[in-house]
Amino acid sequence: MSDQHDITLTINGHAYGVSVEARRTLADVIRDDCGQTGTHLGCEHGVCGSCTILVDDEPVRSCLMFAVQADGKQIRTVEGLADGDVLHPLQRAFTENHALQCGYCTPGFLMLAAGVLEREPDISDDDLLDVLSSNLCRCTGYANIVKAVRQAAAEMKAG
Amino acid sequence: MAAKLTGKLGESVLRLEDPPLITGRGRFAADISFPHQLHMRIVRSNWAHAKITRIETTAAKALPGVHAVWTADDITDVPPIEFREGHIENLAPYRQRALGTGTVRYVGEPIAAVFADDAYVAEDAAELIEVEAEELPVITDASAPPAEFSPGQSTEADIVRQGYGDVDAAFAEAAHIVEAEINVGRHSGVPLETRGAIARFDASRDVLELHGAAKVPHRNRETLATMFDRPIAAVQLYESHVGGGFGVRGELYPEDILVCVATLRFGRAVKWIEDRHEHLMATNHSRQQLHRVRAALDKDGMLLAVDDTFFHDQGGYVRTHAIRVPMMTCGILLGPYKVANYRAAGHVRLTNKTPAATYRSPGRFETTFVRERLMDIIAREIGMDAMELRRRNLVRKEDMPYAIPLQVLGDDVEYDTGDYERLLDMTMDHFDWTGIQADIERRREAGETVGSGISLFVEKSGLGPSDMSRISVDRTGAVEVITGGASIGQGFETCMAQICADALGVDYRNIRVVHGQTERIDHGVGAHASRATVLTGSAVNEAALLVRAKALDVAAEQLQAPVDTLDIVDGQVFRTDDPDGPSISLGEISQILAPTRAQPEGRDPLLAADGWFYTDHQTYPYGLHLAVVKIDRETGGIKVERFLVGYDIGRAVNPMLVEGQIAGGFAQGLGGAMFEEFVYDERGQPQSVTFADYLLPTVGETPAVEMLLREDFKSSRNPLGIKGAGEAGVTGVGAAIASAVDDAIGLPGAVTQLPITPQRLKAILNAAG
Repeated sequence: MSDQHDITLTINGHAYGVSVEARRTLADVIRDDCGQTGTHLGCEHGVCGSCTILVDDEPVRSCLMFAVQADGKQIRTVEGLADGDVLHPLQRAFTENHALQCGYCTPGFLMLAAGVLEREPDISDDDLLDVLSSNLCRCTGYANIVKAVRQAAAEMKAG
Repeated sequence: MAAKLTGKLGESVLRLEDPPLITGRGRFAADISFPHQLHMRIVRSNWAHAKITRIETTAAKALPGVHAVWTADDITDVPPIEFREGHIENLAPYRQRALGTGTVRYVGEPIAAVFADDAYVAEDAAELIEVEAEELPVITDASAPPAEFSPGQSTEADIVRQGYGDVDAAFAEAAHIVEAEINVGRHSGVPLETRGAIARFDASRDVLELHGAAKVPHRNRETLATMFDRPIAAVQLYESHVGGGFGVRGELYPEDILVCVATLRFGRAVKWIEDRHEHLMATNHSRQQLHRVRAALDKDGMLLAVDDTFFHDQGGYVRTHAIRVPMMTCGILLGPYKVANYRAAGHVRLTNKTPAATYRSPGRFETTFVRERLMDIIAREIGMDAMELRRRNLVRKEDMPYAIPLQVLGDDVEYDTGDYERLLDMTMDHFDWTGIQADIERRREAGETVGSGISLFVEKSGLGPSDMSRISVDRTGAVEVITGGASIGQGFETCMAQICADALGVDYRNIRVVHGQTERIDHGVGAHASRATVLTGSAVNEAALLVRAKALDVAAEQLQAPVDTLDIVDGQVFRTDDPDGPSISLGEISQILAPTRAQPEGRDPLLAADGWFYTDHQTYPYGLHLAVVKIDRETGGIKVERFLVGYDIGRAVNPMLVEGQIAGGFAQGLGGAMFEEFVYDERGQPQSVTFADYLLPTVGETPAVEMLLREDFKSSRNPLGIKGAGEAGVTGVGAAIASAVDDAIGLPGAVTQLPITPQRLKAILNAAG
């Protein structure tokens, strides 16, 4: 194909040089070309939020972005959330509050919450619910996800 | 011995499943790949009912990177997809083939398959395929007169009947007769992970592998072996992480068959991952039934008879479940009430929609809506308080075990244990139902449109007849529990580990639970019908007790102490009368039992055992749902403010996980009650094929469920006393919310259709003036 573009995606601090067609979504390239399969696809039309990642620290639906648009940008995915073996407060809170069952939507919720809490550590309960309503979960009924994010928010604020 | 055992039965310990899932190291179907794999893309029918006249594949085949394009003509040797429980002669003509041949019967039916080196290229090629067809008349209403499915076959595939007593006589002498027409909408499980299937023929071993399996790997293995005429051992299924099951994921669908046929023919791995658009028109739908039900009552409001005729909207084909859902509907409609005479007839009708099958709480969500609506309508018609009517007709504690001459999943119905009225009273006390009513009164006086509602239900779980597990302890004391169960996100590994931990005496974190791997064990029930914890859990208990007995036998020799003075805690065997004295670990015992060492006469090597569990009947947990709602009369919008659940589970292996099951079930019930609906236009075109049209509840619509989880009545059908938990959250949601909406608008029995969309509620309000 003549439509190949050489780009560099920096995922969790690691630079991946890949050659991709312009039409390939960021999610597909992160998963298939860079081997980081923690980012999941649930709808491929920007509704469910399972594929949420951070691009330059902003939560982004990676199914709605082309990989070429992320060339040179800093990407963070669920694989980079923990600090080595030390879990991120959100990861710990999710397991402690039984905020996941099948775990498919979990990476999207973790990255959405991580992005929002970093930007707005003092976010109000109402605003937090508003943000979390942008992702779908089919297993938990959400209450434990809300509990977990609130617990992590308090912990992150306390440092 | 100061050690305390962690993860005993009944403790809300953290899940063993979580670490990979929260760190992005899970392996879901789309994460599985093999070298040189092909990607499959399906071309689907755009017509609800049509005769295919031409399929042009030349351009698709010519596209670089395309390996093959198949239509039905290429796989004439592949039989239709067989029913899970085996061949059923009268339903056989309604089975689906992997690729539609001649006539297509729903939008989304596979008619061609493209195999290419790259998923994007496969999709490009699929778009180059031209299909021409002649449209045929479309049926979208199962209560419409039947038509011809195929020459000589009616669209009414079957009429399922169950009942007992003399219904006509009961109606003849009734003081009151009440009739209702009640509609349950079409919705389904819709897991967040779409389906996926990766087949790989390993010629070196002559084994057909299917990866991405779920729910019932062993059953599907047998079906595939039959379809492809291979020995069962030459077909292996591998379950990895499954992003939600809910009944729909893990059945055998056309795509599963196609990837298997393709890998057998091409000798390359073949991967197929469904997209969401496909999912909403290809994966099983569920629920849609229209009931015309009537009840005969005596002057005191006692139910003399129930007579139900319903129309089950099967969709385009009869898939793997055959007629399980309508049979279940007949068998469990009566729920917690005593009814002297009963007759149910379910018309199983083929329509031009996506085929329907089970979705979490199949037959119970539907019948609980029908039955509890009927009770509210009866109360209105005969002028009795609806709660009093329910109380009068409940099955009583002294009736247990309560046998009804009906069948559920081929099993004679016999409620094992319980006290329905006591749970009702306890739940109302616990949540201060009187106070809630007073609060509603105050708010009504202030001009708010608020109300409360209730539904009672009986669940079923733990279908037999048997299951097995194999437990072994290695030389380090690590325990492996091999099951034929399946994990669909419910916490299966943790539950099995806790049951094993409790029986054997080891920390649950030192236990590895295997599931969904047909290579590791010959038999398994998978995860469906709330069977896993009851049936597989009981088998794990049996195997763990056998391993424990063997370990104690060896320990008794080593410690020079009688067996009955020994206990095992945290993998260490010690004397209870001398806890700080000599002890021996399970790892050391395993070393003593190594096959390389001579064993005394009559003792087999290995610290391992197979455990079998057998049961004659299912076990019946029960509960009630209570809802408080607020209505916006202007928009017809409903806000569920509170949702309360009372449930007697017999015995909870891990209460945190049980509560998780109920909370998640509730959210799905809420979707079916208010938001989710597969809508079709009059030409059979699906209108709900994106998440913008098919609305899953978000956190904004889903209140936190408040629960009273009781363990008052253990099951009499297994040694642990456990009953199922997987479906209790969803069963009564539609019924309770409908009842609450009625109460809020002051029109008892007004809601007779799910989902209660704003448009439908506005229509009710407008009609009432």
